Amino acid sequence: MATANNDLRHTNGHAKYKVIGTRPVRHDGVDKVTGRARYGADIHPSGMLYGVVLRSPHAHARIRSIDTSKAASTPGVRAIVTNKDLLDPGNRMVELGEGAVNLRHLNHNVLAADKVYYRGHAVACVAADSIHIAEQAAALICVDYEVLPCVTDVQAAMDPKAPLLHADLFTEELGKIGTKPSNIAKHFRFEKGDVAAGFSKAKFVVEREFKTSTVHQGYIEPHNATALWNPDGHITVWCSTQGSFTVRQQVAELVGVPISHVKVVPMEIGGGFGGKIRVYLEPIAAVLSRKTGAPVKVVMSRADVFEATGPTPGSYMKVKLGVDAAGLITAGEAQIAFEAGGFPGSPVGAAAMCVFACYEVPNGKIDGYDVVVNRPQMSAYRAPGATQAAFAMETVIDEVCEQLQIDPLEFRLKNAAKEGTRRVDGPVFPRIGMYEATLAARDSAHYKTPLTGKHRGRGVASGFWFNIGLKSCCTATVNADGSVSLVEGSTDIGGSRTSIAMQLAETLGIRAEDVVPAVVDTDSVGYTDVTGGSRVTFATGWAAYEAARDIQRQLINRAAQIWERKTEELTYQDGGVSGPNGLRMTFQELAAEVQKHGEPVVGRGAVDPEGCGGAFATHVVDVEVDAETGKVEILRYTATQDVGTAIHPSYVEGQIQGGAVQGIGWALNEEYFYDAQGVMRNSTFLDYRMPTALDLPMIDPVIVEVPNPGHPYGVRGVGEVPIVPPPAAIANAIYRAVGVRMQELPMSPPRVLKQILAAIHTSSPRH
Amino acid sequence: MAKKRVVSTTINGKSIELLCEPRQTLLEVLRDNLDLTGTKEGCSNGNCGACTVLMNGRPVVSCLVLAMEAEGASLETIEGVAQGGDLDPIQQAFLENAALQCGICTPGFIMSTKALLTENPNPTEQEARFYLAGNLCRCTGYDKIIRAVLDSAQRRQAALAAERQHS
Repeated sequence: MATANNDLRHTNGHAKYKVIGTRPVRHDGVDKVTGRARYGADIHPSGMLYGVVLRSPHAHARIRSIDTSKAASTPGVRAIVTNKDLLDPGNRMVELGEGAVNLRHLNHNVLAADKVYYRGHAVACVAADSIHIAEQAAALICVDYEVLPCVTDVQAAMDPKAPLLHADLFTEELGKIGTKPSNIAKHFRFEKGDVAAGFSKAKFVVEREFKTSTVHQGYIEPHNATALWNPDGHITVWCSTQGSFTVRQQVAELVGVPISHVKVVPMEIGGGFGGKIRVYLEPIAAVLSRKTGAPVKVVMSRADVFEATGPTPGSYMKVKLGVDAAGLITAGEAQIAFEAGGFPGSPVGAAAMCVFACYEVPNGKIDGYDVVVNRPQMSAYRAPGATQAAFAMETVIDEVCEQLQIDPLEFRLKNAAKEGTRRVDGPVFPRIGMYEATLAARDSAHYKTPLTGKHRGRGVASGFWFNIGLKSCCTATVNADGSVSLVEGSTDIGGSRTSIAMQLAETLGIRAEDVVPAVVDTDSVGYTDVTGGSRVTFATGWAAYEAARDIQRQLINRAAQIWERKTEELTYQDGGVSGPNGLRMTFQELAAEVQKHGEPVVGRGAVDPEGCGGAFATHVVDVEVDAETGKVEILRYTATQDVGTAIHPSYVEGQIQGGAVQGIGWALNEEYFYDAQGVMRNSTFLDYRMPTALDLPMIDPVIVEVPNPGHPYGVRGVGEVPIVPPPAAIANAIYRAVGVRMQELPMSPPRVLKQILAAIHTSSPRH
Repeated sequence: MAKKRVVSTTINGKSIELLCEPRQTLLEVLRDNLDLTGTKEGCSNGNCGACTVLMNGRPVVSCLVLAMEAEGASLETIEGVAQGGDLDPIQQAFLENAALQCGICTPGFIMSTKALLTENPNPTEQEARFYLAGNLCRCTGYDKIIRAVLDSAQRRQAALAAERQHS
């Protein structure tokens, strides 16, 4: 089907590649359109019991006692567990693949110990013969709570008079541990240059404050875990996770067994976006299985998912920017405070690294605050922290551009970070594509088409996100029929089996369809870090490349034996081995030969790559605001992004479109509503309003390719950065449409209307 | 625990009798009693559409239907969409348009699309968006799903035209 692939080649065209840049149907596609693909909740090992978690009705309370006797005597109930059934791993930090976690906090989050820190905090879990019996029994557990005053707002929690969550939490103030307990877990600072001198050179200085609401990742598949603890001490866990190896480690630590005694079988995963890395149910299912001797499955309800998993922090931010008469940034200052939830560890560090990263900022100072509040433990969400920070920075830039009377994209081109730019937090950028992505936005048909009509406006914004490396492994076995079985450890959330297989196919000169990729359990492949940090196509793709190079070397050796030549005389090229005097065997011929004689050919790739290239995006959006209701409609949306090299352009586009739409939801509707008691009042998809098909136009992705010199095929991380620009771009568009500056997310109808009315009030003559 | 009841129903063209508790939803019975796990659970309160099946040709969210209501009904689930080893044009269009990422919402979207194209064989983009507004997808931003739905309509029309020519 080479011609079909050629027809689908994307317009950039890769003359030098045969597979990269084409759009094959994904390998797991048929399973997923026929309902055969098995997700975490879809398995039913024989003899399986059902678990139901009892959760705290209070946002903040001390647990005086837990009486499980009534529940335990219910017919059909097999076991009940509380925090006492987990191992106390001690107050220590461990690296879990994407950031370090305090194990005691993790333990207390999985099942509350002496206190509950948020509504929905897990307290106990019942395993029973049916889900209905387990539900009834869970309701019979008596927990004696001493209800404590709660604090859910980040600014309120920073007040020294606020209710204290942890008596033993002392602020780490610029590296030094304080002496008084506080809700501020950490205050850190990044500095570069001389900020005061920078601002003194500025002609315009704009300083604004911002607030954003807590939002949820909103994956459609609820968290689930099924575990079987065998009498030989070996545990099997089936679950939907972004990282099977990090689940293995977390379960081992929390139940107290060596990692080799835990096998994690990653089932298909129904979305994660950063929210399916930390364990919630897996250790509970494991200890229930130990107590009952049967496999136990625990699945969350949607309300549980909202109240007890994810979300990503609400924030309070202040950004100050100075620009000289030539339109160059002279200095920037930012203060960013993030909700951490019930335990420390919000992604405020990443927010602080990202806030000025799109630009050459010669003098900068960034202060970050990690603040515990009575909300669920915050998690990563697609470019964690960057979206909040960009909302602040990119709307301040829009005000600066207005004062300077400069086109906002020209301003960005003028100040764009480039190779050699040092970020305020220290690192120096390698070759990056901020300039090119912004240029593509300026030159897009969208930006060149004037927007007309009442209450309509166009906004732009840019965004940055990292691309991490970390560890990945692949093994690739050559089959006699000329195909390759590819085994890998990265759980596939959005088509990465195919983007990895395509890099193997490209390297071997075979078709993508000739690779049979499989995501396997933790006993069957080398250690592989999480599917996160936009790393899988970059790093696991690199591992596949290495496995293919290993196969190339082995096939050269084999051909050398067959032809009685020295290996140095032979090369692997164009899908086969070539030698002097026209000697040539194709991959397929060699594969058949290998089957007849000698040892099998198995390629191995194990990487921990440096050379990550940062990802930049610039978005253009047209909106129409209903001035009577404050409702914002998206009329047109264009998203440009430097992707390095688009391995499978359709899935690159899909990441850009999906990320942009999550950003649109964050911008316009999504938020956690808490009442004064700290109870979330909108824990359903009806009331937590994510975008539907009807809310949106088509999203036009523009793929820009500035190959990453740090990767064999120039790959950059793609998945996360497209969520970053939308809230700021939409805020800037709303300003052009109705003249109000939005400094709070979401920009829901009531909030926009309030600003419109306030603007009318201040501009109309007083009577 | 209430006594179990017998329900006689047709699923994907096959007549079956099943035992269920009166409180069990159709979704629970499909997934847990019958191992038809292609129908997904996303919210269990009718908001996400992941559990959409066709009941007497109409799309329903099976989490809001009691299994006992399926007595005498004809049900179609995602497992019954591909006929005789061939994918339905809708399934083919979803694959070729890269209309899925994680895939958890895909069965529900395919069932709703099937109902849409039965009611309205040639929908406009806006009509497709309206009809599918009860199915949530968090990965794709809907762009490629809507394209796949419009492409499915064309494929179906072409298939019907070819059939007419043959007969």
